[in-house]
Amino acid sequence: MFGWVLWRDLILAWRHRADVLATLFFFIIVTSLFPLGIGPEPQTLQTIAPGIVWVAALLASMLSLGRIFGNDYQDGTLEQLLLTPQPAYLVVFAKVLAHWLVSEVPLVIIAPVLGLQFGLSQNTLLIVVVSLLLGTPVLSLIGAIGAALTLGLRAANVLVALLVLPLYIPVLIFGTGAIQATVNGTGTKPWLLLLGATLVLAFVFAPWASSAALKISVE
Amino acid sequence: MSTRRINWYKYAAPANFYPLAGKMIPVFSVVTVLLFIIGLYVGFFVAPTDFQQGESYRIIFIHVPAAWMGMFLYVLMAVYAGLGWAFNARLGSMMATAISTTGAIFTFISLVTGSLWGKPAWGVYWVWDARMTSTLILMFLYIGFISLQASIDDPRRADRAGAVLALVGLINVPIIYFSVQWWNTLHQGATFTARSFKMAPSMLSAMLILMAACWMYSIAVVLVRVRCIIRERESEAPWLAEAVA
Repeated sequence: MFGWVLWRDLILAWRHRADVLATLFFFIIVTSLFPLGIGPEPQTLQTIAPGIVWVAALLASMLSLGRIFGNDYQDGTLEQLLLTPQPAYLVVFAKVLAHWLVSEVPLVIIAPVLGLQFGLSQNTLLIVVVSLLLGTPVLSLIGAIGAALTLGLRAANVLVALLVLPLYIPVLIFGTGAIQATVNGTGTKPWLLLLGATLVLAFVFAPWASSAALKISVE
Repeated sequence: MSTRRINWYKYAAPANFYPLAGKMIPVFSVVTVLLFIIGLYVGFFVAPTDFQQGESYRIIFIHVPAAWMGMFLYVLMAVYAGLGWAFNARLGSMMATAISTTGAIFTFISLVTGSLWGKPAWGVYWVWDARMTSTLILMFLYIGFISLQASIDDPRRADRAGAVLALVGLINVPIIYFSVQWWNTLHQGATFTARSFKMAPSMLSAMLILMAACWMYSIAVVLVRVRCIIRERESEAPWLAEAVA
């Protein structure tokens, strides 16, 4: 069941490649806007780079949250999935994994290239990738809670942002902290361990909250 | 006089809770006003001038109670929402909705008074230290809760969705409370421990009295608001027509 939902979501995302690529291009454009707005001075860019890469990743992943459950909710598939004897936890898990693979992994892959735009060193770029690798699953997991809560509502997109961004803030702080620690030369490991801890916590509890929220929304 | 014990569960029904709340409100309102008068008097006229900060420290008498109420009310809101969700009790969810506004107001007051205090005390209106950031997150969580409930038309779905959100955000409250211990930040450390008080006794008593005053205020205001919510949501119930007449 898990495999089936995962495979189905991946195929559907492949058929609607444009949606997926739109998120990626949003990420690229937003990260490029900041140097244009703030000025190209190398020192400034190196200081603001971690924050910008991370905030852009946050915003880009929020844009794509509607797609986790939205399409299936509208054509009734979600209701059928919840009616199966398999636990909703598995359905949520598969969908979140598909969302991460499709929406977040491209961001992680393109992030080093964007880091070069900001003049970050190779060591820092490695930490950018690692922190995003650890942090983006958390974004998908927590985002799924917001997506499940706001299924079918009027101003769902904006509301999801409002609900989910406060919960994203610890991830943002730890992720950017890790990158800045590398730039400054202070210890990176504690930040990455904290990121890992949030990942483990979210991994265990978030799908459960999402499945509860799904059952509430698909009444 | 009956020898049976009181059946508290009967007050879980809006029909029974409505008159009870109506009787409680005047009591708590009077107590609130008295405690505010006493607390403000002690805070402004009895407590001595601070050695380092002069008179500007007195904003602590509003800032600390407001911050405490903001956090405490969030926990209470989450508990009520959880009860309303778990036991399918409408009144629990109505209480959560009623508490949310008061909690948001207190958190806002604590952020604003904190900024106003920060300028004379630290020289800046705002720093991004752990406690201020997590209190800001608490403010966002309240706003998220209120917005979510406002945008769902079906009342029961709104109740349950709010409960999920409130419980997920509950993890933020211990983070705020312990943030001053876990991170070395600009915010001062804990002033109250079980054994020692680091403040002058009159300052301490003013703060505790005002904390009690804010608590009584919260109870009174939440009860008024929950009565309004009951009237809105139970508007077609026959008992309401009699109670209001």
